[in-house]
Amino acid sequence: MVISELTRGQIADEITKYPLKRGALLPALHWVHAELGHVTHECAAELGEIFGIRPVEVMEVVSFYNMFYDSPQPRHHVRVCTNLPCSLRGARTLLSRLESHLGVKAGEVTPDGRVGLGHEECLGACAYAPMMRVDDVYYEDLDFEAATRILDSLD
Amino acid sequence: MLKVPYVTSYLTEHFGDDAFGTIEGYEAKGGYRAARRAITQMSPDEVVELVKESGLQGRGGAGFPTGMKWSFMPKETDGPKYLVCNADESEPGSFKDRILMERAPHLVIEGMLIAAWAIGASKSFIYVRGEYAYPAKQMMRAVQEAYDRGLLGRRLMHSDFNHDIVIQRGAGAYICGEETGLLESLEGKKGQPRKKPPFPAQFGAFGRPSTVNNVETFAHVPHIVSKGTDWFRSFGTEQSPGTTVFGVSGHVLRPGLFELPLGTPLQEIVFDHAGGPPEGRRVKGVIPGGMSMPILPAHQLDVPMANEFLRERKTMLGTGGVMVMDDTTCMVRVGELVSYFFRDESCGQCTQCREGTGWLHQILRRLERGAGAPDDLDILLDVAGSMEGQTICAFADAAAWPVQGLIRHFRSDFEEHIRQRKCPFPESFEL
Repeated sequence: MVISELTRGQIADEITKYPLKRGALLPALHWVHAELGHVTHECAAELGEIFGIRPVEVMEVVSFYNMFYDSPQPRHHVRVCTNLPCSLRGARTLLSRLESHLGVKAGEVTPDGRVGLGHEECLGACAYAPMMRVDDVYYEDLDFEAATRILDSLD
Repeated sequence: MLKVPYVTSYLTEHFGDDAFGTIEGYEAKGGYRAARRAITQMSPDEVVELVKESGLQGRGGAGFPTGMKWSFMPKETDGPKYLVCNADESEPGSFKDRILMERAPHLVIEGMLIAAWAIGASKSFIYVRGEYAYPAKQMMRAVQEAYDRGLLGRRLMHSDFNHDIVIQRGAGAYICGEETGLLESLEGKKGQPRKKPPFPAQFGAFGRPSTVNNVETFAHVPHIVSKGTDWFRSFGTEQSPGTTVFGVSGHVLRPGLFELPLGTPLQEIVFDHAGGPPEGRRVKGVIPGGMSMPILPAHQLDVPMANEFLRERKTMLGTGGVMVMDDTTCMVRVGELVSYFFRDESCGQCTQCREGTGWLHQILRRLERGAGAPDDLDILLDVAGSMEGQTICAFADAAAWPVQGLIRHFRSDFEEHIRQRKCPFPESFEL
């Protein structure tokens, strides 16, 4: 069993909130990511069993959403918003300087698996650009120095 | 950083006060009195009529009359009805719902309670975009506070009304802001929009009659109930009453939020409130309402920001996300960026959208790189025209309109790329 009892309990709680069991699939996937970081085929099979759906239906949902993963992930996701409002205020320039700083291109992971650098579409911080999301936290009104300080402090 | 609007009105006046986000602070400012009044002293029909008379239009993009939407809900049903709060704010240039949830979660909950009473919903769902971890946390805390105070749950406010609120986090898909895509996602599926009819009022969440409203829309409702329709109509225009929270971004000195009456001229927002472009620069174009809405050129900024006026200029208020571009900006580059976004976010179920967004992006990309052909503009307009109105949801329109708008107002930018075989705007933002 890859999904722990604790996570199964949380999923069971979520299911009680919905008129149909399957409604709790997205919350369940969030719990699974919090525990395991990504969804393996074994994990999809176990979720399929909980929800009474086929594993492929679980994976179909996983693959549709950007925040769900089917492969191991870096310790930290660093995403620079490069949509129009941020790009107008230098987001692309920031991103390319961060690429040089980390020695990886956007879309790649540092060799130690510490940071996955990427760009992201609008994060709803348009007036506070440039900005980046590090895991679940927003950092706004950034310049290169502030951004590298944040990156260098990640474990 | 504290996100307080530079200009406030009834929705945002207490945003500088941290306590306003807590139930004690919210009640101290008169919070939940409107919901109490609606639930204990008004019939559901009276609430629907009041909101109809107020003229409140949805603030999520389409501007549909809120009271009318509520009136579509069937009165007699043999099972539950649901209310859904669309907090999937993902329209580029829009960030007002995020700040509303962060600074005034109880205002949103109170508006939802009134709406739930009006349509007879026993349960509501707040669908918060996945990336909004902090706003979702604020909403969860506020919902718990409301339960602890007896404002949610069984026999709330000592009435016969029962109501529960469930918060669901999305997982990173722009299309889930489309109301039926949202409903699919809420049901644990891929967020692919549904064919309409049936509309959500007949067949909504989990197959039950449902109403979906935007975060800001709910925030107006308690004010309408407590202060009345005449008061509400004293803001804004005849056809578009009330204020809205404009988010201004891009090339301005003071980007941020500004709560202003609908109908405020765009130039007043851009220059007087947001400070205009940096020294020595001039405004070239402004997207008035989030990235799906066609751009306006500098000489059209006199337009009052309300749909009845914006439609005459072939654009719309959308989400009120105002994006300002100065005279260094290459509009072909803007087109490439915009079309990349829509290509990336198309859910893929309709051919016109799945293929069309890809073609728009490829052609704009080659134009920007100086490899465009003279008939590329005709091809772009042809592709955009074949997407518009041809698909299950409005996403394809949202992808086609900005491209049409850019060509309509900045054709010479495109032609210069073709003539010079390179981008003639060396100082434009980096892509």
